[in-house]
Amino acid sequence: MHKLLTLCSCLILVVFAGCSQPPQPSNKILLWHWMTDRDGTFQKLAQQYQKETGVEVTIQLFAPSDSYSQKIIAAAQANVLPDIYGILDKKFIVADFIKAGLVTDLTDEMNANDTAWAKSLFDKALADNRFEAGNTYGIKPGIYGVPIDVTNEQMLYNKKLLAKAGITTVPRTYKEFIMDSQALKRVGITPFVSGWGELWMLNCFSSNYAFNIMGEEKVFATYRGQVKYTDPDWIKVLKIFADLRDKGVLIDGIVTKGNKYAEQDFALERAAFAFNGSWCVNVYHDMNPNLDYGVFSPAPISTEYPLKIWGGAGSSFVVNAGSPNKDKAIAFLKWLTAKKQQVVLARETNNLPSNREALSAVSVILAEFSMGMDQSTHPSIWPVNEDPLVLEAFEKGIQAIIIGEKTPEQVGQDVQKVKDRQMAAKRN
Amino acid sequence: MNSKAKAQAIFKDNLQSFFFILPAFAIFCVFYIYPFLNMIFLSFHEWRGIGPMHFIGLQNYKELMGDNLWWDSMVHAGYITLIALTFQNALAFALALACDREIRMKRFYRVVFFIPPVLSEVVVGLVWNWILNPEMQNGQNIGFLNHLLYTSGFPQMVHNWLGDPKTALTVIAIVHSWKGFGWGFIMLLAGLQTIDKQFYEAAKVDGANAWETFTNVTIPMMLPVITVVVILTILGSMQVFVLILSMVNEGLVNHTDVPVTRILSSMTETNRFGYACAEAVIFGMILVGVSFIMKKLSDKVKQA
Repeated sequence: MHKLLTLCSCLILVVFAGCSQPPQPSNKILLWHWMTDRDGTFQKLAQQYQKETGVEVTIQLFAPSDSYSQKIIAAAQANVLPDIYGILDKKFIVADFIKAGLVTDLTDEMNANDTAWAKSLFDKALADNRFEAGNTYGIKPGIYGVPIDVTNEQMLYNKKLLAKAGITTVPRTYKEFIMDSQALKRVGITPFVSGWGELWMLNCFSSNYAFNIMGEEKVFATYRGQVKYTDPDWIKVLKIFADLRDKGVLIDGIVTKGNKYAEQDFALERAAFAFNGSWCVNVYHDMNPNLDYGVFSPAPISTEYPLKIWGGAGSSFVVNAGSPNKDKAIAFLKWLTAKKQQVVLARETNNLPSNREALSAVSVILAEFSMGMDQSTHPSIWPVNEDPLVLEAFEKGIQAIIIGEKTPEQVGQDVQKVKDRQMAAKRN
Repeated sequence: MNSKAKAQAIFKDNLQSFFFILPAFAIFCVFYIYPFLNMIFLSFHEWRGIGPMHFIGLQNYKELMGDNLWWDSMVHAGYITLIALTFQNALAFALALACDREIRMKRFYRVVFFIPPVLSEVVVGLVWNWILNPEMQNGQNIGFLNHLLYTSGFPQMVHNWLGDPKTALTVIAIVHSWKGFGWGFIMLLAGLQTIDKQFYEAAKVDGANAWETFTNVTIPMMLPVITVVVILTILGSMQVFVLILSMVNEGLVNHTDVPVTRILSSMTETNRFGYACAEAVIFGMILVGVSFIMKKLSDKVKQA
C-alpha cells in the first residue's frame, strides 16, 4: 500500500509540475513561420540580430502552410502562441484573433517618428494588415501586422517558346492573347498553364477579369447580394473560361493541377504562358536556372474598367499581445523590415521586399513584378468579401465549365442559388 | 486467512492493477475520449476555430441532411469501397491462394506484394500522377500510361484520366485498391496457413474437386479472416483522402469529393468547425453502423 501511495504522490507531483508559471520577460524571442524557402535566411538573420543586440531569436518552421494554420489555431486555443507569428487565413479569422486579444496593435509604433516605419513599407502591403475606421469586423482601426515581403500574381511568358511561334511582343489585349495562343498551338506548343487545382488561383484569375468587365463597385455589389451572378457581366466573366477551353489555350488536366506541378510545367518549358505569383521567381530558379522568361499583366478583355491583379503583403507577422517580450518582438520586426535586412531577404530568397527602399536590390524579373503593385488589390482590403460557400460554388462552377460539364449560364444560376440560400440564412 | 483479510487482499490486488493501467487509461481519455466528446459538443455550435462559440442546437445536423454535396461524397466513398471490396480483395485472395502453394520464389512475391501498402499515400499519389499525366510535349505523351497506349497501337485510348468525371473516381479507386491489396494479401495468407492440411486431405479422399474444396473447406475456414479483411477494407476505403488530395488537389469539381475531404473543406476553406464536427459525427456513426451490420452478417453466414 505504501508503494501505491508513493506512486500516487509522484503522479500528482508530475501533474502539478506540468502546470507552468505565467511567462516571464526574457532576452529570448520565439518566432513561428511556414516559409520553407526562407528559413535558412531567417536563421542567418536571427544569428546576426543576436550578435548586434544580444537578443536571442529562435526561428521555428512549421510547414506546409495548411498545417501551420491549424497549428496556429490550436496554439491560440491553448494560449501558447509564440512572441511572433503569422496568421495565414482570411481577414475575418485575423479579426477573430484580434478580438481574442492575441494580436498587438502596432499603430503607435508605425506612426512614431513621423510614421517612419509605416513610410518605409509599401502602402499596399501595409493595407493588408490595416483595419480601417468603420470596418465590418468591429475591430478598432489600426495596423496589426508587419509585412516582410510583397507579392502579386501576373502572367509569365517563355521568351524562347514565343519566339518559336514568331511572337515578338507580349499580348496587350485578351484578343491578342488568344491569337498568340493559337500561333503557339500551330507549332505544337501548349499555350497556358496554371495551378487551377488550387481553387484560390482560379478565383484570383477570374476576379481580375470581373474587375475589368464590370468594375469593382459592381463586383462588391454582387458580394452584398445586390447584383445576381446571372447578370450578363458575370456570364461574360464565366464565358472567358469556356472560350479558353474551346480555343485549346489551357494545358490538359489544368483543373486538377496543383501549383507546384504548374510551376514545373512552365519551368520545363511545357507551356508558353503561366499565371503565377511573384514567389515563382525563386521556384523557377531552383527548377531551371536557365529559364528565359518575362512578366506581363493579364491581357484585359474590356477597356471600360481597369484590370486589377491580386497583390499586397506576401507574408506578414503579428506580435502576440500576451507576450511578455512584446517590445523586443516589435524591435526585431522593425530590424527585419529595415532596408539592409530586406535587401538580404530579397537577394537570397528572390521575393519582393516590403521595404520600398530595398527594391533597387532586386533582380530584373522581380522588378517587372514590382511594376504591377500599382494595379494590385486583394480580398483582405476589400470592403466586403464573398461568402466562402458561394465562392466554393463559383470556383467549382468554373472547373465544370472548363471540363465541358456546364455552360456559363448554368454555372451562373447554380452560384446564384447558393448565394440566395446563404443570404436567406444570414437574414434568419 | 479470514474473509476480511481476503477481501483486503483482493481490493489491494485490484487497486494495484488499476494503477498499472492508469497511465494508459489517462492517455486514452486525453487523446480519444475527450476529443470525441468535444467533437460532439462542437457539432452543436457555430464556431470558426477561434473566438466565441454560438450554440445553435441541431442546426448543423439539419443543414447536413439537406447538403447534397455531402451525400454525393458519401456515394463516392461507397463507390471506392465497392471497388476495393471486389477488385482489391479478389486480387488479394487470388494472390494469397497462389502464394499458399509450394511455388518458386514464394517469399519474393510476398515482399513485392507488400511494397505498395508500406509506401506513403502521398508518394503513391505523386507516382500515379506521373503515370496518368495527360500532357504532351513536342508531340509526345508525357504520362507513362498514355505513352504506353499510344506506342502500343491504341492512340484512341489516350485519355485525360483524372480530368474526366467519367474516369476520375474509378482511377482513384483502382489506385487505392493497388495500394491497399497488400494488407488483405498478408492477412488472407496468414489465414490460409492456419487451415489444417488434414481438411484438404479428407476432401481429396471424399473425391472433392478443386472448386468443391475451395467452397466447402477454404471459404468456411477463412470466414473469420474474410470478415476482418472486409471490415478493415470498408473502414479504410471510406476514409481515403490523402491519395485524393495528392492526385487531384482540391478535386475535380465535386466528382472526387469524399466525406473526409468535405470535412477538411468545411474546416479549412469555409472555417465552419461546428459543421465539420457534425459531418464527422454523422460519418463516424455511419462507419460504426456499417461495421456492425457486417459483423452481424458474417455471424449469420457462420451459423448457416
